[in-house]
Amino acid sequence: METILLFTPMVGAVICGFGHKYIGEKAATVTATSLLFLTSLLSWIVFATFDPAMHEGGYYTKTILTWIQSGTLDTSWQFRVDRLTTIMLIVITTVSSLVHLYSFGYMDKDPQWKEGESYKPRFFAYLSFFTFAMLMLVTSDNLVQMFFGWEGVGVASYLLIGFYYRKPSAGAAAMKAFVVNRVGDFGFALGIFGLFFLTGSINFSDIFSEVTSLADTQLAFLWREWNAANVLAFLLFIGAMGKSAQLLLHTWLPDAMEGPTPVSALIHAATMVTAGVFLVCRMSPLMEVAPEATAFITVIGATTAFFAATIGLVQTDIKRVIAYSTCSQLGYMFVAAGVGMYSAAMFHLLTHAFFKAMLFLGAGSVIHAMHHEQDMTNYGGLRDKIPLTFWAMMIGTLAITGVGIPFTGIGFAGFISKDAIIESAYAGGSIYGFWMLVIAAAMTSFYSWRLMFLTFYGKRRGDKHTHEHAHESPMVMLIPLGVLALGAVFSGMVWYGSFFGHADQVGKFYGIPVAEASAHHGDTDHDEENAEHGGEHHYAFAGQPGEGALYMAPDNHVLEDAHAVNFWVKVSPFIAMLLGFGLAYLFYIAKPDLPKRLAKQQEPLYLFLKNKWYFDELYDKVFVKPALSIGRFLWKKGDGKTIDGFLNGLALGIIPFLTRLAGRAQSGFIFTYAFWMVMGIAALVTWMSIGGGTH
Amino acid sequence: MDNLLSIVTFIPALAAAIMAVFMRGENEDVQKNAKYLTLFATSITFLVSLLIYFQFDPADTGFQFVEDKDWIFGLRYKMGVDGISVLFVMLTTFVMPLTILASWDVKTRVKEYMIAFLLLETLMLGVFMALDLVLFYFFFEAGLIPMFLIIGIWGGANRIYASFKFFLYTFFGSVLMLVAMLFMYMDAQTTDIVILLDHEFAFDSFNVLGIHVVGGVQTLLFLAFFASFAVKMPMWPVHTWLPDAHVQAPTAGSVVLAAILLKMGGYGFLRFSLPMFPVGSAVMSDLVLWMSAIAIVYTSLVALVQEDMKKLIAYSSVAHMGFVTMGIFAANQQGIDGAIFQMLSHGFISAALFLCVGVIYDRMHTREITAYGGLVVNMPAYALVFMFFTMGNVGLPGTSGFVGEFLTLMGTFQVNTWVAFVATSGVIFSAAYALWLYRRVVFGDLIKGSLKTIQDMTVREKWIFAPLVVMTLLLGIYPVVVTDTISPSTTALVDSFNAAVASADVTLAATH
Repeated sequence: METILLFTPMVGAVICGFGHKYIGEKAATVTATSLLFLTSLLSWIVFATFDPAMHEGGYYTKTILTWIQSGTLDTSWQFRVDRLTTIMLIVITTVSSLVHLYSFGYMDKDPQWKEGESYKPRFFAYLSFFTFAMLMLVTSDNLVQMFFGWEGVGVASYLLIGFYYRKPSAGAAAMKAFVVNRVGDFGFALGIFGLFFLTGSINFSDIFSEVTSLADTQLAFLWREWNAANVLAFLLFIGAMGKSAQLLLHTWLPDAMEGPTPVSALIHAATMVTAGVFLVCRMSPLMEVAPEATAFITVIGATTAFFAATIGLVQTDIKRVIAYSTCSQLGYMFVAAGVGMYSAAMFHLLTHAFFKAMLFLGAGSVIHAMHHEQDMTNYGGLRDKIPLTFWAMMIGTLAITGVGIPFTGIGFAGFISKDAIIESAYAGGSIYGFWMLVIAAAMTSFYSWRLMFLTFYGKRRGDKHTHEHAHESPMVMLIPLGVLALGAVFSGMVWYGSFFGHADQVGKFYGIPVAEASAHHGDTDHDEENAEHGGEHHYAFAGQPGEGALYMAPDNHVLEDAHAVNFWVKVSPFIAMLLGFGLAYLFYIAKPDLPKRLAKQQEPLYLFLKNKWYFDELYDKVFVKPALSIGRFLWKKGDGKTIDGFLNGLALGIIPFLTRLAGRAQSGFIFTYAFWMVMGIAALVTWMSIGGGTH
Repeated sequence: MDNLLSIVTFIPALAAAIMAVFMRGENEDVQKNAKYLTLFATSITFLVSLLIYFQFDPADTGFQFVEDKDWIFGLRYKMGVDGISVLFVMLTTFVMPLTILASWDVKTRVKEYMIAFLLLETLMLGVFMALDLVLFYFFFEAGLIPMFLIIGIWGGANRIYASFKFFLYTFFGSVLMLVAMLFMYMDAQTTDIVILLDHEFAFDSFNVLGIHVVGGVQTLLFLAFFASFAVKMPMWPVHTWLPDAHVQAPTAGSVVLAAILLKMGGYGFLRFSLPMFPVGSAVMSDLVLWMSAIAIVYTSLVALVQEDMKKLIAYSSVAHMGFVTMGIFAANQQGIDGAIFQMLSHGFISAALFLCVGVIYDRMHTREITAYGGLVVNMPAYALVFMFFTMGNVGLPGTSGFVGEFLTLMGTFQVNTWVAFVATSGVIFSAAYALWLYRRVVFGDLIKGSLKTIQDMTVREKWIFAPLVVMTLLLGIYPVVVTDTISPSTTALVDSFNAAVASADVTLAATH
């Protein structure tokens, strides 16, 4: 079943991409979509029936074909099913199948294309191909196959960002996405090489069983010796930074909004960009023994969460706001992973996939209604025109801003998973992370409500004609919104126990062995903590690296500590959320002229945010321009003046002599060459006859 | 058939001889016959060569299908293949029919053109099969003559300069290699490569002209061969002949040059340098590794700013050959497997990329990147094929391009992390130049008036690309077809290299 699940989207992509000439556009796109729904159904079955307790180590593998074999390097096309995989399966296939369905409405009669141009099969084929690559990424049993999926989704992303190939900006954005991701892949690849060098394998189970020795190994890398576990975890994280658009390697994500909106929902919100988080969680055994690397992950994650949120405050393109929001939310997930609470990272990954996909699809519905107008300053008062879309967006906003009732465990999905992360950050000892995330939560609330108010409330701005013709989207677009709304409302509450409950619940879910806390805490080191927590908690994680889908080291008590944080820690994200909402209300409903005045008054700050902290300009100056001028220098001066100049000087002396020998100026050198070759062989023969005589 | 190798090698030469003797004149019938006969001969060569592939026993690390006969002047005619060479033979016979198909529209001196390609095929096959120094030297050097002619007669406006440069470079390398060969004969009393492979050349360090030569004779022999092979690869900084040669060569000439001729240098390193002069190779390996890493970054940066499509791909070829030399001189299993893999893969991918340029050059008669833009609008099939090979060129996993790059880098990381670090950055640059090229040529709107009526690929053109697509995918998804064939031989090579270097260390340590 797993094999069918894995390859069905690829079959759909091929049928749709190449077969549409024979079976027609409609049949091709319907086939691709139905196959995706089949995949989704199978994924849910796998997720529901998978019981880690039934398998040794909480996972099982299946080999399909041998792949790269060289000496001790033994790679196969082989997949691994464990809890982490099954979570990703349902996230990917659910969102993907809904996005396929949604695209029937959104991509219909796209004004970007001329009459009679066939673009739909191509679009669906890319979507299905993306899904296949993403499934390969998450089901992989080794790092190299994961890298295959990793780059495969990169290509699909590239093709879909550049889908409107007539627009120069789309081509530029597509290329930027690919190249920036390659910077991340550069680190990822080095990490793989290093792991192979030290463990002799690239298979997860082999690497996991070696992590304890990696922690004690020094690796000579570049100019000095490093702790192997830390440097390798760091290198892998560089890859994650690229794919998940973390600070420094984030610049491609906002530009990726050039792609059609369903693409943004699927790839640049719900699935592909979370691959980095998945990688860190997948490599949790390595991360657990790499404290410096995980500290770095926490700082980058927290900073990204903050930084992206600040930019989101002032953007006016509806998709860009959501893009920066995604960037920021991914930062949350990395903080959770960085402090060792991988399960909370996965939790937020799951809930975020639902509500962020819904926000994007909702935004798509607005854009569809407004004839592909994306600037929010031209929206306003759309609540009556497109009521169903409005309610969908409202649910998404309530989810992302984290609305819920504190201390009851009742709330929208984002409330539950985000609070879990913020509490983990505090419990994990990252005060910086904690404060950054709380501030970011306030800003999240502000920009999300700002988006709602600008779009659905207030006066109608912009082109009158467009507003008059604004229309609700067809059912194929609204049904996916409805399904995702269910996820945005309930996924947090339903799965709280599995992701962030007590250790025994979480352990059972992931297949991590647990032990009686008292037995575990019997070590002398932990006596103090034992006294503190012993009364309330009965279980603690007690797996070896590689046992279960996640690994939490014996000294990792973040889960229990997070449950026991102070009152004010628990309530602070809620207050931040209220604060953001209040400010947004003040700025965009109560006093709509306030934003303009503030922007004028604080112009440098406003421009700084508006221009995205000037990262694009900086990179252009520091990397792009110099690369081009160095290239030009090496070409003209290096190849041209130096190397060829030297040769030409040499040639001036020798060639005339040679050509005179051969007699003919034009193709003389060919004869010269033949002549010298014959002379050479003659010399060899002579030498041999003479030499043979003397010896 | 105990002379299978000779049959494969000389079918093309035979066809060339038939054409030279029996075909007269320049009329259309003659042209047509010449084309069909050449296509037939190269196809038959490929089919017969399949016998070699299927009868080849990978487990046997020695030479197979060996032929050993008296030749002229007391020289021997000795041929044979092992795991290192057999796939290069296959690559050659596979690519040649495609290049002939790609030359279908040649109008001038068709018969001579076909003869040149047929002779070229014979000589190239000979290089990969020769087991005698003199025979190898003959094939290795003579193979350049048809290439000179192809560039010099059917090439572009600046063809004389290009073939001049090509000649000048190769000439100096050849002279040094010849001297080294003379010395080898003097030392080993034979030109038989099989015996030379077991012969141990002296490696005691000595002083010459005040320079202390570590590794002694072996190092000097290594350097002499290196001069020739490095030019053929081509390695930085002796690469500047390649972009000019590619730009001036006709499409089919570029294809052969990139797909096969460039592999002779790499093959030479594996056949001669590493096994015959292991100590010399070990002494020089750091230098070669660094030259490779510099080549990858340097030529990638240069590729970034090219204005001519062929030049860009030529520079990209140099960068890809950098991975090959790096893998070879990492001298471990992954490195050498990867190097051979990379050479084969590059044979398909670069051939396809030059053919891609050829497709639009045939239509627009320009290779200027700025002359194009928005081709996807009128040429969707072309856009797809070009995209596929662009991705192969940037080493996307799933295509053959990935396996070679990945293995060579993995091998290098175990030897020198600095070199691996610098070389791995090549994956960023390759994405930048390849995708930028694609973006400027294929993406965008079709606004240039001259391009409005451009037609998509013809059926013939599609059939040329189809086998290359299949091979690129096959090697990318199931690379075992290659590694199973080469591994026993490369393992033996690595083992003997390590043993030789280790014993040399012991000997050298004992004398000090």
